[in-house]
Amino acid sequence: MANNTFSHERVEKNSILLLVLILIAVAIGGLVEIVPTFLIKSTIEDVEGVRPYSPLELEGRNIYIREGCYLCHSQMVRSLRAEVERYGHYSLAAESKYDHPFQWGSKRTGPDLARIGGKYSDEWHRLHMEDPRSVVPESVMPGYPFLAETPLKYGEIQDDLKALRVTGVPYSDEDIENAKADLLAQATPDADTEELMQRYPKAVARDFDGNPEMISELDALVAYLQMLGTLVDFNAYENADFKQ
Amino acid sequence: MAVSSEPRDHIPGTMTAASYAVIGALIVGALWSVITAAKATDWQMAAHAWVFAFAFVAGIFLIGQRHFNAMESGSPEEGHRYNDGVVKAGVIATLFWGIAGFLVGVVIAFQLAFPVLNFDISFINFGRLRPLHTSAVIFAFGGNALIATSFYAVQRTCRTRLAGDIAPWFVFWGYQLFIVIAATGYLMGVTQSREYAEPEWYADIWLTIVWVVYLLVFLVTMARRKEPHIYVANWFYLAFIVTIAMLHLGNNLAIPESIFSSKSYAMFAGVQDALIQWWYGHNAVGFFLTAGFLGMMYYFVPKRAERPVYSYRLSIIHFWSLIFIYIWAGPHHLHFTALPDWAQTLGMTFSIMLWMPSWGGMINGLMTLSGAWDKLRTDPVIRMLVVSVAFYGMSTFEGPVMSIKAVNSLSHYTDWTIGHVHSGALGWVGFVSFGAVYCLVPWLWKRERLYSLALVSWHFWIATIGIVLYITAMWVSGILQGLMWRAYDAQGFLEYSFVETVEAMHPFYIIRALGGVLFLTGALIMVYNCWMTIRGRERAGEAAQHPAIASGLNAAPAAQPAE
Repeated sequence: MANNTFSHERVEKNSILLLVLILIAVAIGGLVEIVPTFLIKSTIEDVEGVRPYSPLELEGRNIYIREGCYLCHSQMVRSLRAEVERYGHYSLAAESKYDHPFQWGSKRTGPDLARIGGKYSDEWHRLHMEDPRSVVPESVMPGYPFLAETPLKYGEIQDDLKALRVTGVPYSDEDIENAKADLLAQATPDADTEELMQRYPKAVARDFDGNPEMISELDALVAYLQMLGTLVDFNAYENADFKQ
Repeated sequence: MAVSSEPRDHIPGTMTAASYAVIGALIVGALWSVITAAKATDWQMAAHAWVFAFAFVAGIFLIGQRHFNAMESGSPEEGHRYNDGVVKAGVIATLFWGIAGFLVGVVIAFQLAFPVLNFDISFINFGRLRPLHTSAVIFAFGGNALIATSFYAVQRTCRTRLAGDIAPWFVFWGYQLFIVIAATGYLMGVTQSREYAEPEWYADIWLTIVWVVYLLVFLVTMARRKEPHIYVANWFYLAFIVTIAMLHLGNNLAIPESIFSSKSYAMFAGVQDALIQWWYGHNAVGFFLTAGFLGMMYYFVPKRAERPVYSYRLSIIHFWSLIFIYIWAGPHHLHFTALPDWAQTLGMTFSIMLWMPSWGGMINGLMTLSGAWDKLRTDPVIRMLVVSVAFYGMSTFEGPVMSIKAVNSLSHYTDWTIGHVHSGALGWVGFVSFGAVYCLVPWLWKRERLYSLALVSWHFWIATIGIVLYITAMWVSGILQGLMWRAYDAQGFLEYSFVETVEAMHPFYIIRALGGVLFLTGALIMVYNCWMTIRGRERAGEAAQHPAIASGLNAAPAAQPAE
C-alpha cells in the first residue's frame, strides 16, 4: 500500500482514528437537521393566544405524562384532509412551543387529543376516567379511578415553574410567586380568578372533578384536557396566513 | 484501568489503587443517596435513593469479598487468558431480562385485547407497563446481549484480555442498577415521556457514568490488541457505544424540579424537542439495535459457519455509509406534523438511501454462508442466525417504504409501525441474540455441546411461527385502521367514528398476543436448554445425530478480517 494514498488499512490499525472518524460521520446528520430549526425563525411562526400552562394545567400535564397517556394518544393533527375533518385545524408549531417535553405521540390506539378541550363535559371526563367503558363501550383504555381519590400534591409547584423558566418558558417572578394561589383559584368553585385570568388568559376555573371538598389529581388532569387546543382562535386566521 | 501499571506479582482480584478509588466513590455515592432519601420531595425519589444507597454498599461489599477470596485461594480468573467471568454474567442477565421483557410484552398485548386486565391499578396499567416492556427488551435483554458479546468478541479478535480489573464488572453491575432504577421508576410513574429514553435525569446521569467506563474498557482493550487490524465486528461495536453516548447526552438534556425531585423538564420544547427525540429514537434503532447487533453478526456468523466474512470491501462500504446515513433518518417519524417540510423531506430521502447500506450488511452476513449452506440443515443455531439476517433484510426494506410520505400518511400512528418494529426486534435482534447465546453457553462453560440441538429447533420453529403471527396481525390491523381513518362515505363524510376502528382491531390484538405467547414459549425452551448445558448435561441419544457440530472450543481461533 502506498503511503501517500489513503488506505482503509490506516483506520483499521488505529483505534483513536477510527473513533474520531466515527464521531464525525455520526455528528453531521444531526447538526444539519437540528441546528437550523433553532436558527430559522419561520420554524415556529408567532400565533396569538399561545401562553404557558397555568399551574393547575401543568400539574395535570405531569399526570398525563406520568400515566403514559402519550403512548396511545397523539397531540398532533397532521395536515391531511381526513385528519383535519376528524380533529380540527392541523397543529401549528407554536401550539407546542411551551411543551417541555413535547407530547406529539407516535401511536393512536386512542384518538388524537390536540383539540380535545371543550369537546366533552367535565362529567363525561370524570366518568370516562373512572371507567372508560361506561361511556365508550368498545374502548380499550385502562380505568383511572384512583385519580379522583388521590389529593393533588402541589407543594413544589413553584420549583416546577422555576425549572421551566430555566428552559425558556416566560414565567415572571409574579407568576412564580402566585403559583400556589393560582392553582387553588383555578380548582376552587367561585374563587376570585381575576388575577389568574390576567396571567393565564382563557384559563377555565371551576371544580373539575365534581368533588369540591378536595383538589384531586383528576381536577388537574381534566383542567389540562379541557384547555388542549383552545388557546388559538382559528376563526381569526380564516382568510389569512393559514389558508392554503 | 490501572491494571497496566500493576506489578507482575499482583494477585488478580485483590485491591489496587483503582479499587480503593472506586470504594471511595461508592462511599460518597452511598452518603449522597442517603441524604437524597431523607430530603426527597416525592416518595419515588426517596425509594430510588434507597435503591442506589443499597447498591453502592453492596458494591463495596463485593469488592471486599473479591479481595479476600483472591488472597485466600487465588483469583478464579487467574491463569485464564481472557476475562470470561463478566461475559458469563452477561449471558445469564440476557436470558433473565429476555424472559422478563417478553413476559411484560405478552401482558400488555393482552391488556390491549382485554382492557379489564389493567385491573384499575396504577402500577400495572398499560401506560406504565409499555415503557417497561420496551426498555426491558431493548436495553435489558438487548443491552446485556451486546455488552456480553462485545466483551467476548473484543478479547478474541484482539487476542488480549479485557482491560481493567473492576471496570468490566462495574459496567455489568452498573448497567443492571440502571435497569432496576428504570424499571421500578416506570411502575411508580417516573418517566420523561421520551420514547426509549423514559428514565429520569438521575438514572440518565448514572447511565452516562456506566457508559463512559464501558467505552473506556472497550477502547483500551482494542488499543492493546495483538492483532495489527481491528476486526470489523469491533468497528460496529465501537460505533454503537460512541453514538449511543452522543444520542443519550443530546436527548436527555433536562432541568430537574430540584435535585431532590424525580421530576424534570426537557430542555427543549415542541418542534425542536420532537426532532431531537426522534433523532435519538430512530438512532436507538440504528445504533443500539442495528450497529451493535451487526457487530454480533460479524463475529458469530463467520465463527459458527467457520467461513470468512464474505466481502471485506463490502463491510467497509456498508459500515461507513450505514453510520453516516442512519443519523439523518429521524424526521420520518414526523411526516405531515408541524416539523418544517424541508426536514421531513430530508429525513425521507436519507431513509430511502438507508436501504442500500442495510442490505449491504444483510448480503455480507448471508453470503458468509457460501460453501457452508448445508449447515442450515444440520445446525439449528446457524439456521437461527441466518433467519435473523433475513429478518434484518426484510425490516430494513419495510422501513424505507414506510418512510415515504405517501405511505407514511397511512401507516403512521397505526399498528403497522408496531409490526415493523417487531419484525426487526423479534426476528433480527431476538434471533441473532439467541444464536449468539447458543454459541456462547457451551464455549463459556467449557461444554462439548449444547444440552439439546433438537430443543434449539423447537425454539426456532415456535418463535418463527410466533413472529409470523405477530407481524401479519399488525400489518392487517395497521393498514385496516389507516384505511378506516381516511374512508369517506358517498355523501363525503368520514365513514367511521374512531371507536369503530378500535373495535375492528380486537381480533388482531388477540392473534398478536398469541404470537407473543409463542415467542415467549420459545425463549423459555432456550433458558431450559442453556440451564441444562451449564449443568453439564447432554440430552440422551442426541450426540450421535449431530456429530458435525463443533462446540467451538477446539475450532480455529478468532475470525480474521477477510483479507
